Amino acid sequence: MASQTITLKIKRGDGAGASAWEEFKVPRKPMMNVISCLMEIQKNPVTSDGKSTSPVNWDAACLEEVCGSCTMVINGRARQACSALVHEISPNGETIVIEPMTKFPRVRDLVVDRKPMFDALKKVKAWIHIDGSHQLGAGPKIAQSDQETMYLLSRCMTCGCCVEACPNYNERSPFMGPQVISLTRLYNMHPSGKMQSGARLDAIMGEGGIADCGKAQNCVQVCPKEIPLTSSISVMGRETFKRALFGWLLKG
Amino acid sequence: MAAKSSILTKSGQVRRAIVVGGGLGGLMTVIKLCEAGIPVDLFSLVPVKRSHSVCAQGGINASVNIKGEGDSPYVHFYETVKGGDFLAQQPPIKGMADAAPGIVFMLDRMGVPFNRTPEGNLDFRRFGGTLFHRTAFAGATTGQQLLYALDEQVRRYETTTVEDDKGVTVPGEAMVRKWEYWDLCGLVLDDEGVCRGIVAQDLKNGEVKSFRGDSVCLATGGPGMVFGRSTNSVINTGIAAAIAYQQGAKYGNGEFIQVHPTAIPGTDKLRLISESVRGEGGRVWVPKDRKDRRRGKDIPEGERYYFLEERYPKYRNLVPRDIASREIFRKVRHEGYSAEGQEAAYLDVTHLTSTPSGKAAVRKKLGGVLEIYEKFAGEDPYDNPMKIFPAVHYSMGGLWVDFEKGADGSLKPAASRNQATSIPGLFATGECDYQYHGANRLGANSLLSCIYGGMVTGPAMSTWRDEQSRSAFDLSSALFDGEQKRRSDEYESLAKRTGGDFDVNPYQLHEKLGDMMLTDVTVERHNGRLDEVLGTLADMQSQWKRCKALDGQRGTMNQPVVFLRHLKGMLDIAQVIAQGARDREECRGAHYKPDLDPELHPENPKAKGRDDADWLKSTIAVYTDDGPKLSYEEVDVSLEKLAMRDYGKIPTAAAPAPAAEAK
Repeated sequence: MASQTITLKIKRGDGAGASAWEEFKVPRKPMMNVISCLMEIQKNPVTSDGKSTSPVNWDAACLEEVCGSCTMVINGRARQACSALVHEISPNGETIVIEPMTKFPRVRDLVVDRKPMFDALKKVKAWIHIDGSHQLGAGPKIAQSDQETMYLLSRCMTCGCCVEACPNYNERSPFMGPQVISLTRLYNMHPSGKMQSGARLDAIMGEGGIADCGKAQNCVQVCPKEIPLTSSISVMGRETFKRALFGWLLKG
Repeated sequence: MAAKSSILTKSGQVRRAIVVGGGLGGLMTVIKLCEAGIPVDLFSLVPVKRSHSVCAQGGINASVNIKGEGDSPYVHFYETVKGGDFLAQQPPIKGMADAAPGIVFMLDRMGVPFNRTPEGNLDFRRFGGTLFHRTAFAGATTGQQLLYALDEQVRRYETTTVEDDKGVTVPGEAMVRKWEYWDLCGLVLDDEGVCRGIVAQDLKNGEVKSFRGDSVCLATGGPGMVFGRSTNSVINTGIAAAIAYQQGAKYGNGEFIQVHPTAIPGTDKLRLISESVRGEGGRVWVPKDRKDRRRGKDIPEGERYYFLEERYPKYRNLVPRDIASREIFRKVRHEGYSAEGQEAAYLDVTHLTSTPSGKAAVRKKLGGVLEIYEKFAGEDPYDNPMKIFPAVHYSMGGLWVDFEKGADGSLKPAASRNQATSIPGLFATGECDYQYHGANRLGANSLLSCIYGGMVTGPAMSTWRDEQSRSAFDLSSALFDGEQKRRSDEYESLAKRTGGDFDVNPYQLHEKLGDMMLTDVTVERHNGRLDEVLGTLADMQSQWKRCKALDGQRGTMNQPVVFLRHLKGMLDIAQVIAQGARDREECRGAHYKPDLDPELHPENPKAKGRDDADWLKSTIAVYTDDGPKLSYEEVDVSLEKLAMRDYGKIPTAAAPAPAAEAK
């Protein structure tokens, strides 16, 4: 073990205001992750030069990488803090640098407001339009192979890693991000979801849609759930192309 | 009452219902309200897609009988009642089991990517407490997939406009308004004690605001954080239920806390390894030699002690959770068995993954959960037996809710007493109610009870609204302004705790609370220790008054000050749990006192184990400033009579002893 303490450098600040870095040292225990380091700071909110400060604000819920809450930029990479294990990211006691994601408005410290991603889901009608929750019998039969693809796509946590890594997702562009295109593929695959596929395709052919993707392919590399985002983008690219050519015939 | 039944007030305000909590229970309630034409304000302290329901792994029970085994909703009902050691009210469970197949079909229609049979039908797997394949699943992240499906439906209602009574669109008003990052601070109760709305706080900037609601539903989950580290999300402080309790709502069966047999030990939380691992053939064992320090994979088959299989030859590794946890706990804590010398047992799937096709099949069904083990324990579970230990998982207890029995013995549809708390106009559903699981919950019944609860709560709130002579929206604003000010002042007084008199770090106090509750109020409970716990809890209540506001900043997000409010709630609920445990002098389901176990104390006539004559009753806790006041209520056992609950156990004396002796 490299050292008995872990050093963390954390970018702090409020809303659009100025940022400041604070450094903390916390005792090292086996199998720690970044969350347990932040919890140690709560119990002893003192910087490494002995200055008393406030505990860091951060988002967290499940701590097992299924809710997407604790996404932040750790050592330059957007990822969940819960699955950022100290012995992996700081094997020799290197300082761990933690910042909020940059593509969303900062609330405070490491908390950002990811509402734009949820709003984008409304635009593409990211749901199956059922007739109601009353009893209407079993759903459509689905082949095992289709279920496997749909399950893979459906694990998207709306965590924001892909848009943080995407050079085309920024203040100057209306691009909705790769996650939205991939989810459009999911709903358009479903036997009932297909019935509204035209409307979803129109949505991603409009402003902020698939045409704004610059094919940098960063998204697929950072997705914690290994969702085939770039394959989804090419599948939807073909679908939108077909609709652009023949959509006027289908009128759907 | 034309004025009240109209969607709009005279001044054009939309009359909404309020749902607090955006997990499965809350979202299903919202959907049912919207289908009844009632607009909703939905509050959640996190974006609803991040609610704790995502953590459920294994699946959802429904007796669809797809494998032709002769399963039926009645068997599901009976096994749930028996799994709960006969403490649960029977009519709601009957309703739930009957509705289950329809619920799974509805979820399927919503697009949940459930695993499939070769014919394209829903696939089902086995879970604890039954011998049938009854559990539908989406890989091993079923809760996540179910939550996403309901989240999507609610998102659709966010884009659906409100129509007035003539069917004319009300501009700018959606059926659902979401208030995410808002935390409940209090209920607004009128002079007659009827709940007319809530006060909530915007966690992003600290603003405290009151909201009117024609009925309010709490669907805010369990209080796992009372135990510090558990399988729960860190947001599960139980604060909303605690606030309702502080304001007079009855809290039922608080002492019944489920400890899940298989979780990964950790420093920040104890991560669940789903029961579905055993449902798909995973086996629990310890090395026969108590001094064995070899790695699990290096221990030959003949030197492994499959203690659950030996003791429960019929149910094997799928005995209910309370039983499996106690057996593992006993082996490790009392009998000196270990996994590589660590306080753990093995949960093993490597016999299933030794071939490439076996490995692929396991990955399809359990990939999501084995991935968690691989990520957080740093070991490949396809190749190494997993090291696990029991962890706090679920609260069977929660806010007391009522029900009205229908002609068929289950719930009367849309009755306004269903899911109603003891505060009129306040409903509760999901893990935060006490109703569906008795003394122990069967695996894969929680997703079901959350959704079924929501399906019942929506119509109940709708009926309740119609039965009222007044709408919250027609009351004077003084009531709402007053409550808003009171809660705002409360927050301000917490935020001002910066002086030298405040010398207790709330996070340190929380850690102490969790450590104590974990040690003394989980698998095994002793009266002497519980008395000490109750004393310490009273002391912690006074320490809470000295807790410091660690962050002086105002008008911004301030998690440390909000945590003070949550910590108070956790202390109150801890007292309910500990007092309930202290006073219940029997063993039932998850509540186990070794001193009252006849197997351990055959000489003691008072050690009766489950004691139906004296203790077949629900514990009801009511808040007082001096701690909870307990009373007891009858349980409705009108449908099935009580029976033994031993799951074919072989008594200790007759159980085969491990071959290799140690010590």
